[in-house]
Amino acid sequence: MRKAVLPAVIIITSLLLIVRIFYLQVIDENLKLQSENNAIKKVFDFPERGYIYDRNGKLLVANQPSYDIMVVPREIKNIDTTEFCNLLHITKEYFIKKIEKANVYSPRLPSVFLSQLNKAEYAAFQEKERKFEGFYTQKRSLRDYQVNVGANVFGFITQVNEAILKKNKYYNSGDLIGKQGVEQQYEETLRGIKGVKYLLRDKHNKIIGPYKNGQFDTIAQQGKDLTLTIDYELQKYGTELMVNKRGGIVALEPKTGEILALVTAPTYDPALLVGRQRSKNYTALYHDSIAKPLYDRGLQATYPPGSPFKIITGLIGLQEEVIDEQSTFYCNHGANFGRFMKCHCGLHTLQLNNGTYKSCNSYFGNTYKRTIEKYKDSYYSVDNWANHVKSFGLGQFLGTDMPIGSKGLVPDSKMYKRMYNGAKIRSSYIISNSIGQGEVSTSTLQLANMMAVVANKGYYYTPHIVKKIKGEVLDKKFTTKHYSTIDKQYFTPMIQGLADVYNVGTASNLKVQGLELCGKTGTAENKIRVAGKTYQLKDHSIFVAFAPKENPTIAIAVVVENGYWGNRWAGPIATLMAEKYVTGKITRKDLETTMLNGSLLEEYKRIENIIFQRKVDPTKVQDSLNKIKVEISDAKKEEEEN
Amino acid sequence: MKNQSVGNRIDYISILLYIVLVIMGWMTIYSASLPLEETSIFDISQIYGRQMLFIGLTIPLILVILFSDAKIFERLSFVFYGVGILLLLGLFVFGVTKKGQTNWYQFGGFGFQPSEFVKTATALLLAKYLSYSQINLKYTKHQIIGLAIVGIPVLLILMQPDAGSAMIFISLIFVLNREGLPSWYFFSGIIAIALFFLSLVIEPAYLIGIIFIIMVIHYIFNRKISRNPIVYGLLYLVMAGFAFSVSYVYDSVLEPHQKDRINVLIGDDVDMKREGYNLNQSMIAIGSGGLLGKGYLEGTQTKGGFVPEQHTDYIFTTVGEEWGFVGSITVILLFVALFLRIIYLAENQKTKFSRVYGYCVATYLFTHFFVNIAMLIKLFPTIGVPLPFFSYGGSSLWAFTILLFIFIKLDANKVNEW
Repeated sequence: MRKAVLPAVIIITSLLLIVRIFYLQVIDENLKLQSENNAIKKVFDFPERGYIYDRNGKLLVANQPSYDIMVVPREIKNIDTTEFCNLLHITKEYFIKKIEKANVYSPRLPSVFLSQLNKAEYAAFQEKERKFEGFYTQKRSLRDYQVNVGANVFGFITQVNEAILKKNKYYNSGDLIGKQGVEQQYEETLRGIKGVKYLLRDKHNKIIGPYKNGQFDTIAQQGKDLTLTIDYELQKYGTELMVNKRGGIVALEPKTGEILALVTAPTYDPALLVGRQRSKNYTALYHDSIAKPLYDRGLQATYPPGSPFKIITGLIGLQEEVIDEQSTFYCNHGANFGRFMKCHCGLHTLQLNNGTYKSCNSYFGNTYKRTIEKYKDSYYSVDNWANHVKSFGLGQFLGTDMPIGSKGLVPDSKMYKRMYNGAKIRSSYIISNSIGQGEVSTSTLQLANMMAVVANKGYYYTPHIVKKIKGEVLDKKFTTKHYSTIDKQYFTPMIQGLADVYNVGTASNLKVQGLELCGKTGTAENKIRVAGKTYQLKDHSIFVAFAPKENPTIAIAVVVENGYWGNRWAGPIATLMAEKYVTGKITRKDLETTMLNGSLLEEYKRIENIIFQRKVDPTKVQDSLNKIKVEISDAKKEEEEN
Repeated sequence: MKNQSVGNRIDYISILLYIVLVIMGWMTIYSASLPLEETSIFDISQIYGRQMLFIGLTIPLILVILFSDAKIFERLSFVFYGVGILLLLGLFVFGVTKKGQTNWYQFGGFGFQPSEFVKTATALLLAKYLSYSQINLKYTKHQIIGLAIVGIPVLLILMQPDAGSAMIFISLIFVLNREGLPSWYFFSGIIAIALFFLSLVIEPAYLIGIIFIIMVIHYIFNRKISRNPIVYGLLYLVMAGFAFSVSYVYDSVLEPHQKDRINVLIGDDVDMKREGYNLNQSMIAIGSGGLLGKGYLEGTQTKGGFVPEQHTDYIFTTVGEEWGFVGSITVILLFVALFLRIIYLAENQKTKFSRVYGYCVATYLFTHFFVNIAMLIKLFPTIGVPLPFFSYGGSSLWAFTILLFIFIKLDANKVNEW
């Protein structure tokens, strides 16, 4: 027995060692990771981000070099903090806070200490860099905006956040990534691929040579340039026209689906989000919850479409053969559909043409009534109608190459079954849909796309904002025609009606000499509820158009929030845009000046006061009430004249 | 007549294992100390160059041992032991202090650690004493003398203080146990060690409860020994007292660095940049090796010098990193093969002297091996003992070589004994 003790102990303890070593070497992955962290240093070579051009080759976005100061907290040694802070114009509190934060992220890995230094700051720091152990500079390329419009189109670049770091292994703390706009959508195209060098380092963090003779190293791949479909001149003009107003403009080229202009107002200078002031500026923009400059009203905001929707109501009526061009309805300042729907058209007998150019509620109410009552099964009728509407791209994401968008809403039987507990729908319940007021809601982009369908007499291409990527073929979905359910022949009389809107209809005051425009005014009701009370706000001003009538080159939709009625703000702006794009010049300078200088800020202030329930000076209230009265009577007069 | 056929009778298996281990050891040191620029492998200014020299110098040493008179080791064992003890005492006057331990003589550029020599001397004297025919470890007197032969150097070495070397001597309890020391010595030792660590991990109050339950179970199922409740009670009191005294010893007797080493092991509130750094880096280096290792001379942790003392006590981390699990297990199996071979040879000796000495050799080598590797992988507190034949240093290489080859000589000589 005693002889066996030592051999047994040797064998058992050796097995113990083997099991333990097996665990450490084969099972525990954590140690391998730590080894990579402390013995291998990755050095990145960031390629230059691709440039962005407009459709005519104008350079919109280029790059400028910028320098970040990086810190590895563990390596900080004997630093004269006062000198350091003075050199970089930072406070001691900032210094302490940043080091603490970096330490939390990792004491061994580099974190950004101070980002986006300009050349002068960099030069000053670089001179003394070796005095500050633990800190080093990392060159990055930042955006250099050649223009001051299009912030919503471009988006911006920013440091990656924790969530992305966790999800996407490509990025490291401090790396830059595109956010919003094409910078986000085409991030991988624009950024290229960063190069990596693996270096071996010793315990003093001294580089002792390449890892495995550099066989894992990669070379940086340059980012690719983007050519946008945006027309810079048009984009700029639209932005200027929308100054001091809120809303959006979307202009498309009907025969390709290319987005010519995508304007949201208010907007901001893209250069605000570059450089050391970036985060301060971003915070200010982000927290402006009333004007919402970071919110793209052209893509994201949805409104009841109002009268432009009558185009679809009419086309569906023709397609379903419940009306034809000669069908006649009567209007007596409105018509009764179970309840009375008012109308300001001022005519009595209406057919498709004058119904369209005078925007008669009674005419389109009757058309819609016939459409919904065509089939016995009212739910079938509603779905049949909804399918027609959806074929114009409404009620769904259009699938553009922008990272944001809105579905809008096209009501269908499912929705009404829920609303009416499955009872038979009578056309009178939902008659408001006929004039774009009921449940229907659309984004400005969708309205522009709807006009592209009309301009093309029956089809559209998915709207998109990138025209060309060097060395890449455009996504097939942007070169595929989407047909609407309306036959081509029905578009011709409708287009004539839209042309007559300018000739003799609701926008006759906006007629442009030598250019045949087709358009439709719109006014969308607008209420808000604050603290349990509903407030009626000024209607939104809406206008849709395309031009010229033959071979259209532009389809456009404009929404000006709280802009009273269609041709007060949106109509002139849409017309000026179309004229500028098609003819290259503006004939009505006075109208242009009015639009450029016009402001709705007072109106917005009033809404803000309602939202915040501010007490207002009673005399001022009286003033504004008087003003509103005058405006309303003006409006009535104008409508009557039309 | 005695020496003429020594070449035919030496145990080539042991020698082959020795040579393989020494060569692997040198290769590992080469990797761990390789400078960035190219140099000759014989460059004396480099660590691996010096180790090459030390290895070369073992050849005359081995030849001297193999061709000397085998009887001389037995006859001079008292002299060796006496000189060894004097050398240990002399340290208090002439010794050089390194890292808080006074365990070193310095003659010009040459250093000498007497405890290495005393290991062999103690083994020889213990073998000599136990080989007297009238000695029987059943008698208390003989037990005391046997334990004293081991105990005197242990005490002197603990005063240096060098806990690692002391532990190596204490492992000779395996030899005494083999030669008939009552088992309770051995088991008390094991239980004491177990209780020591348990009482650091578990609250003493809970621990004595657990001991109580185990003893009750033991009492119920015990059929062999007389079931005397008083004996059980006394044993229980001793163990409980020991458990409580450990926390006192831990708090009041242990030095801060010793506490750190134990804390690191039980994972108690450790700063990986300070007291935990060595162990952490050592585990990272071994763990990062994976199944097949990063390849010879390709260890990133080794090249970066993250593991401190890598060419001496931490040399096995390079094996783990560059040769992986396959390499580690190979080295471990080679060592185990050597230990078992020595034990096998020892059991087949004709004289008790040779047998006891062989047992001492196996015990020494095994204890170094186990303590060294176990401390790298967090199975044992950090104690500075070298890995035999691998760790850098002439003193330790020669000491292990002498220790082993005296036994090989005795073994080769066994046909002359009866």
